[in-house]
Amino acid sequence: MVLGTNLRFFRHIGVVEARFQLGLNFLMKGEPHMQVSMTVNGQAVSGDVAPRTLLVHYLREDLRLTGTHVGCETSYCGACTVIVDGKAVKSCTMLTAQAEGAEITTIEGLAENGDLHPVQEGFWERHGLQCGFCTPGMILSAVTLLEENADPSEDEIRLGIEGNLCRCTGYHNIVKAIEYAGAKLRGEEPAPAEWEVKA
Amino acid sequence: MFPREFEYVAPSSLDEALGTLASNPGAKVMSGGMSLIPLMKLRLFSPELVVDIARIDGLDAIEDRGDHIAIGALVRHEETAASPLVQEHAAALASAAAWTGDRQVRARGTTCGAMAHADIAADQPAAALALGATMVAASSGGTREIAAADFFVDTLTSALETNEILTEVRIPKSSASAYDKLGRRGGHTDYAVAGAAASVAMSGGTVSSAGIALTGVGTKPTLAAGSVEAIVGTDGGADAIAGAVARATEGVTVLEDLYGSAEYKAHLAGVYVGRALEQAIAASH
Ligand SMILES: Cc1cc2nc3c(=O)[nH]c(=O)nc-3n(C[C@H](O)[C@H](O)[C@H](O)COP(=O)(O)OP(=O)(O)OC[C@H]3O[C@@H](n4cnc5c(N)ncnc54)[C@H](O)[C@@H]3O)c2cc1C
Ligand code: FES
Ligand code: FES
Repeated sequence: MVLGTNLRFFRHIGVVEARFQLGLNFLMKGEPHMQVSMTVNGQAVSGDVAPRTLLVHYLREDLRLTGTHVGCETSYCGACTVIVDGKAVKSCTMLTAQAEGAEITTIEGLAENGDLHPVQEGFWERHGLQCGFCTPGMILSAVTLLEENADPSEDEIRLGIEGNLCRCTGYHNIVKAIEYAGAKLRGEEPAPAEWEVKA
Repeated sequence: MFPREFEYVAPSSLDEALGTLASNPGAKVMSGGMSLIPLMKLRLFSPELVVDIARIDGLDAIEDRGDHIAIGALVRHEETAASPLVQEHAAALASAAAWTGDRQVRARGTTCGAMAHADIAADQPAAALALGATMVAASSGGTREIAAADFFVDTLTSALETNEILTEVRIPKSSASAYDKLGRRGGHTDYAVAGAAASVAMSGGTVSSAGIALTGVGTKPTLAAGSVEAIVGTDGGADAIAGAVARATEGVTVLEDLYGSAEYKAHLAGVYVGRALEQAIAASH
């Protein structure tokens, strides 16, 4: 059996995925751990983590909330953005221990009873994504931006997402998506999509 | 990417934190973590023990103390930027805080942390220098005050000892100060390619005193003594400002880095000294 086939076989039975997902916990197994508890998407959670466990790793690997993405890992791209006590933060630049007692919202916790949050709806309606990698972080940043400023100008929206990078869209439709969401949250009718106006 | 193994404590009182620092020479203070965690993830720095000061009570206030404002260790960049007190009496610091990093960074990083971190291109240290701030450092042995001018020692090196916590930065009130910069990503976004802060006092149409500081040009945020000498005693008009611009990097070691040559940086230093001075002098009228 050649190596390629071998790997495919293991991947087939899920071994490769399981090992990958358990990777960091496995690596840190022998280290002293500490107890943490917090509220994630309205649910109380607690667990044992090594102090060097980053919040993004705890969310993705322990809680299996993989909607929070790991992009640059260098604190710049914002793909790992989650809301901690009402503020958008980069969860790759926060220790799980620092989130002790905090209220956290990830992309999984935004929709209510199956209804998309207005910002999620905006990204859907105005095609605010292409590959979707930046989208969870982008959406959570936009949620807090609109909480701080209910009616932002285009410039304010662009500055408000300066901590989130998108390599696909060129940002244009992301701005339109946030404008759509702002209107919805203010109880106004969103401006028609550009392609509808042109048609 | 994740740090090397370390121990973590989050004391709830200043005394406890100072005691831990005193008995653990390998310990490192963490406030917002916006510079420390990236350094630890890159493994450029690997402390044995992280002392998270974010759970200590009473360090999160911005206070009016009559002739100065005191900004506590846990005041975040976004709070410094939005504070009416800071905007009125230390406009240069409010702008510098508003232009530090991005929204996510400003929600966690602290003004005192930016001082302690002493990055060569950091924004708020330049404002602190121009405004003549005083840093208050506590250790288990007591408290000492350090003038901003003596605080920034070298690249990523402040005058703080490893057992000290910067508990507050005191900013003398100034009605006329400003900060301006060119960010690495253009506009005001990200660390400064170069930037300058200026604070002036006018009496009877004459600039009676001034503080001017640069960031991004050398090994540390630094005072621009030549520009101060050039502007004090003048009417603060266009010619006087041009004189200060010409002397912006006098006595300052300007270094090339990834973002520009030494010539370019020296040029930018002049441009931003001019802009900061214009705005500060306009605010004094
Ligand atoms: C994406 C990104 C962009 C950024 N852009 C900018 C920018 O444009 N301009 C800019 O100036 N900065 C920028 N920063 C850095 C940011 O401002 C940091 O918040 C700041 O440099 C450090 O503050 P902190 O509270 O996060 O400190 P930490 O990261 O917790 O600590 C940094 C250092 O200071 C020490 N320290 C912190 N607080 C204290 C204290 N109270 N007493 C003693 N020592 C202390 C720590 O031991 C450590 O050595 C950026 C950071 C990131 C991640
Ligand atoms: S993964 Fe956290 S900022 Fe890029
Ligand atoms: S949609 Fe691909 S990175 Fe933003």
